[in-house]
Amino acid sequence: MRPVRLEPSDSEPIALHQRAINDLRYIRETMERAGEFTAVPGWGGVGMGTIGVVAAYTAARQGDAERWLAVWLGAAVLAIAVATWSMARKARRAGIALLGGPGRKFALSFLPPVVAGAVLTIALYRAGMVDWLAAVWLLLYGAAVATAGTFSVRIVPVMGLCFMVLGIAALFGPASWNDWLLAAGFGGFQIGFGVAIARRHGG
Amino acid sequence: MPPAADRKVRRRSRANPVELDRIIHERVRLAIVSALAVNETLTFNELKALLDTSDGNLSVHARRLEDAGYITCDKSFEGRVPRTEYRLTPEGRQALQRYLDHMEALIRRVREP
Repeated sequence: MRPVRLEPSDSEPIALHQRAINDLRYIRETMERAGEFTAVPGWGGVGMGTIGVVAAYTAARQGDAERWLAVWLGAAVLAIAVATWSMARKARRAGIALLGGPGRKFALSFLPPVVAGAVLTIALYRAGMVDWLAAVWLLLYGAAVATAGTFSVRIVPVMGLCFMVLGIAALFGPASWNDWLLAAGFGGFQIGFGVAIARRHGG
Repeated sequence: MPPAADRKVRRRSRANPVELDRIIHERVRLAIVSALAVNETLTFNELKALLDTSDGNLSVHARRLEDAGYITCDKSFEGRVPRTEYRLTPEGRQALQRYLDHMEALIRRVREP
């Protein structure tokens, strides 16, 4: 949790109404920060991105759609494990409850798009429309991160929107772009934003 | 200020709504009440991280708010680790609302011709 500044920077006597304005600003700032979920894992994101790069490289070399999908599903399971472990570790280190108020809001906003993505994966696979999966994954993961990110630091929803842009490119671009776009999103963005979050927001 | 004096201040601020509620006027206590207004509960460690203050300072101010009936404190154990959880009472929420109204009234008074 980012700390709030307790003392006004100016020790000069100030007018009563100015003090009131400062107090209202302080209350708003405290409420905003108290509602932020700050256990988003930076280094965990780098780990997830590394898994994404390896998965994109391996999946692109598979001969058929089943194996391509199996590689990405295996990578997803690994990435979820890394994310859960690193979030729990970051929360424990900061002395905050992972599923306390902000954490619960983050999880409840993150899950619906992800569940929608899982259901669409099954449906599109059964319909033989595997080429659409890259767009669905990028768009819905981006939507999950962008919506849940409203309860976190500002960089998180920005990351979600970047994923959504890649999803739109996958949706309207040729299928031959899919592996590159997945590598850029689940590899490149995850690593890049992970490093930024780790540096600016405590690991 | 001892708890008896606290109660005196509270009685006085209720008797005269124009007077400032000194209990939550102090920055740390104002932050505790504001943070609890947007979270159902917050633990001692969460509040400490938010306010970037010492254990002793946070304890003293939380106790003042507890004595005033603005927050409640539940102590439990998570495994072997003690866990202290704070929650805003309806009275605390009303006090924050009154304080916000008071601040807005002060600003309005200056801006109105």
